[in-house]
Amino acid sequence: MYKKRVIKETIYFHLYISPWLLGFLIFTLWPIIQSLYISLTDWEMQLNKYPKFIGISNYRNLLFNDELFWISLKNTIYYAFGSVPLGLILALILALLLNQKLRGITIFRTIFYLPSVISGVAVALLWVWIFNPNFGIVNVILAKLGLPTPGWFGDPEWAMPALIIMSFWGVGGSMLIFLAGLQGIPTEFYEAAEIDGANLWSKFRHITLPMLSPTILFNLVMGIIGSFQVFTNVYIMTSGGPGTATLVYVLYLFQNAFLYFKMGYASAMAWILFVIILILTLLVIKSSAFWVYYETEVKK
Amino acid sequence: MKFTESKRINNILTDSLIYFILGIGSFFTLIPLLWMISSSLKDICSIFVFPPQWIPKPIQWYNYIAIWQEAPFMRYIGNTAIITGLCIFGDILSASIVAFGFARLRAPGSRMLFILVLSTMMIPYYVTIIPRYVMFKSWGWIDTFKPLTVPAFFGYPFFIFLLRQFFLTIPRELDDAARIDGCGTFGIYLRIIMPLSKTALITVGIFSFMENWNDFMAPLIFLNSPEKYTIALGLNFFRGFHSAHWHYLMASSTIALLPCLLLFFFAQKYFIQGIVTTGLKG
Repeated sequence: MYKKRVIKETIYFHLYISPWLLGFLIFTLWPIIQSLYISLTDWEMQLNKYPKFIGISNYRNLLFNDELFWISLKNTIYYAFGSVPLGLILALILALLLNQKLRGITIFRTIFYLPSVISGVAVALLWVWIFNPNFGIVNVILAKLGLPTPGWFGDPEWAMPALIIMSFWGVGGSMLIFLAGLQGIPTEFYEAAEIDGANLWSKFRHITLPMLSPTILFNLVMGIIGSFQVFTNVYIMTSGGPGTATLVYVLYLFQNAFLYFKMGYASAMAWILFVIILILTLLVIKSSAFWVYYETEVKK
Repeated sequence: MKFTESKRINNILTDSLIYFILGIGSFFTLIPLLWMISSSLKDICSIFVFPPQWIPKPIQWYNYIAIWQEAPFMRYIGNTAIITGLCIFGDILSASIVAFGFARLRAPGSRMLFILVLSTMMIPYYVTIIPRYVMFKSWGWIDTFKPLTVPAFFGYPFFIFLLRQFFLTIPRELDDAARIDGCGTFGIYLRIIMPLSKTALITVGIFSFMENWNDFMAPLIFLNSPEKYTIALGLNFFRGFHSAHWHYLMASSTIALLPCLLLFFFAQKYFIQGIVTTGLKG
């Protein structure tokens, strides 16, 4: 009797999760296996119908014969290093300010969070207009302040900084996660520190920062993953230009796959990116042993 | 007495400083949107006036009529609405059923399977997009809405995770009581769990809306003919013909963003709940 119930529940369980299981097999697992195979083939979809197995040639060509591959990787690293650390600091500062108990503070929270819920083509177009060298609001303000007015997306030197500046507009998401982390810190810690005569800085340094370190780790990892995959904004705003100044990795991958239809080559690119992000993430997580503090661990 | 007095003044100073910094921050955050709306109400001459006017003279409301004649935005919005609507329905339906399985039904290996769900969240889209394209092409799905909508009916891992966490907070005693009253497993899902999870389901719906309404890459890859374009593709297409008509481009961008902005203002608490759930569980 008991046994029968267990079997019935097991069957029900598999029935209920079957949509996901099917989807996993069809839309994830099978594509992953295929992608690995395609990356080992020469397959220009427009020209030949079937992929031709060529071993690791795609990987070799990417790493040793493709200058654009390295340029795109360099540009992506530039973007990531420009946007992630500064974005996190900005998000943290905003979260600290918004964590004060002041009248009307939720209005500010709404305002700062707003840009991160809108994205895509409309936002990218808006920023092209904002950075317009002659009539955009950025250069208008810079000119008023007597500062130099760069050509932004028309200038290879300034195109990437413009993309990075734009990314700061969307820090509201990580800001909100920081805010949730801050609100999870027990107030007794601060009260105890105040009795010991701690000032604002030492409270921040010795309570807020360690208690918030798991949240920082989360935001850092998500930031790295996200910035290495930047695509839509670059596609709309610069198409990788001027020249190759903003040709980022996923854009170059997209061009290989859906412009030149070099499916094998693009698949190899995808796996290289996957490995790069995986290694970076693991390095960050490994390093976190030294700077992330978990409440459950016993500090000696 | 003197001490408390100086402390009070100190507090007022700190508070003013915080308000001041937040005020400046808000100014820079809102300026792009105000600039968009302002530009969308200018005519072709005043858009290229230096220095720019914040309040256009004259206010060109006509832009908002003209863009509908310049490009088939109604069609783009209709296409996007169909795709987004199907995705929201599919996401809520499939994720809630799967999450119910994980939250309420016991079976050997269920924990391992749930870990598998979580780990598939880490698989980046660019690894699977090429084989998916090849697969959809061989099925004749290219240039249809199917590649954009059908996968939503197979349970998106993040939504499964979000709903399972929520379902676990609903007391099991309710299930037992319902079972005694003759409710089957599906009845518990439909009559107990779903009605009690409205907040979480709305959160999933809103996330799904935002994701699909704004999506650019997938429609770019899977749709070819202009009459099937979504609003994101349509805007990009429109820009090709009007690259200097910033008043039109900003008016159409405003229209494209309007549903998201409205949803954000009216359903803010769901956004915050969703993002906090993701962040804290990370």
